[in-house]
Amino acid sequence: MDSMHDLGGMEGFGPVQPEDNNGSVFHAPWEGRVLGLQRAILYSEAWNIDVFRHAQERIHPIEYLSWSYYERWTHTLIATALERGLFSLDEFRAEVSLTGNLSESLKVLTVKGVDKTFVRGNFERDGIHDPQFSVGDLVITKELHVNGHTRLPRYARDKIGTIIAIRGRHVFPDAVVSHGAENPQWLYTVEFEGCEVWGEASDTTVSNLVDAFEPYLSRPEYD
Amino acid sequence: MSGSDHHDHSHGEESILTDIQKRVKALESILVSKGLVERATIDQIIEHFENKVGPHVGARVVARAWIDQEFKRALLEDATKAINSQSDFPQVGQHLIAIENNDSLHNVVVCTLCSCYPWDVLGLPPVWYKSAPYRSRIVSDPRSVLKEFGLELSEAKKIRVWDSTAETRYLVIPQRPVFLGVKSESELAKCVTRDSMIGTGKVSPLSEDNVNG
Repeated sequence: MDSMHDLGGMEGFGPVQPEDNNGSVFHAPWEGRVLGLQRAILYSEAWNIDVFRHAQERIHPIEYLSWSYYERWTHTLIATALERGLFSLDEFRAEVSLTGNLSESLKVLTVKGVDKTFVRGNFERDGIHDPQFSVGDLVITKELHVNGHTRLPRYARDKIGTIIAIRGRHVFPDAVVSHGAENPQWLYTVEFEGCEVWGEASDTTVSNLVDAFEPYLSRPEYD
Repeated sequence: MSGSDHHDHSHGEESILTDIQKRVKALESILVSKGLVERATIDQIIEHFENKVGPHVGARVVARAWIDQEFKRALLEDATKAINSQSDFPQVGQHLIAIENNDSLHNVVVCTLCSCYPWDVLGLPPVWYKSAPYRSRIVSDPRSVLKEFGLELSEAKKIRVWDSTAETRYLVIPQRPVFLGVKSESELAKCVTRDSMIGTGKVSPLSEDNVNG
């Protein structure tokens, strides 16, 4: 969906405010609790990271911009848990389960098992189809406006670029969110000249690279 | 738009914080009551991100790449495999990609759609990395944004802006500055800043000023 999260190329947010390395990791103790809860829920497989990202995309634009990162996470976790029936609103308000235990149907992250979860999961999948494109190929990104989750940013749509790497065949986030299937697709790194994306007057020394799934790409046609 | 009623605004922020604390507490409590979450597990996750993982991991990787050409070659070919082949580095996830700066090319990393970041080598992302000003403008005007970080690149230098739009993660290998001279790997690692591995900062000449130390 084309909402507030797709920030690349927008203007008017003012200068970046760098933060020095000495800042603590969390700015308040509740931020750490939210991070831990999010990781425990992902481990339980109640939903996956793509569903979590899409839930954040559905935050109202005004709230998306005014909430902090971990505020967004908190609201998203609660909303998704309610939406998916992890608990009811009454249970959330009472802070106590009225309808039984989730540990029978979902995996529980224990202290003993937690260390293993710090190594990121692998999103690459085997398959029989060869990639449609090769390194060096010119491609054009599609003008896609997906009414769900997608990972092709607006600024990189309908642009001609060059495949610089093939990253393997990966779980397709669009499919995970739209119909709960992994539907793996080849993933490419595509490089666009800055002028192709930002216009002829832009800095000619800049190029933009995105990781694009095969369904986002086609071959450019010339007259 | 903002700032016209500063007192009320800051007061408002305080009550939002209280509200958010309540919500987080309620979320944790109901998930514990449901048997899905153990509080001790959450404690351990916090401990991991506060004390174990962080830019010091990436800094050691960079320092080794500066010293050991064979490791650097392997790192640029497949960073996950190269790092996981070293017994003294923590294990990292698949599809970590190392991108090297040189005299004519500077690399910088962003996630415009959310905040994808190479956690296993850099820890949690800083606030600015997740913020609208950075995510919006680093792709369209990187030279000006880098200037806001105090990083002034020559006009001839090419800039590649990598948008982490999938489950690949990017680690910038900054150039080894001549001024560092001959140093051990651990001394060099103390000079490698977090921002230099995102592509928004310099390698520090003063290791004692660096958090990685």
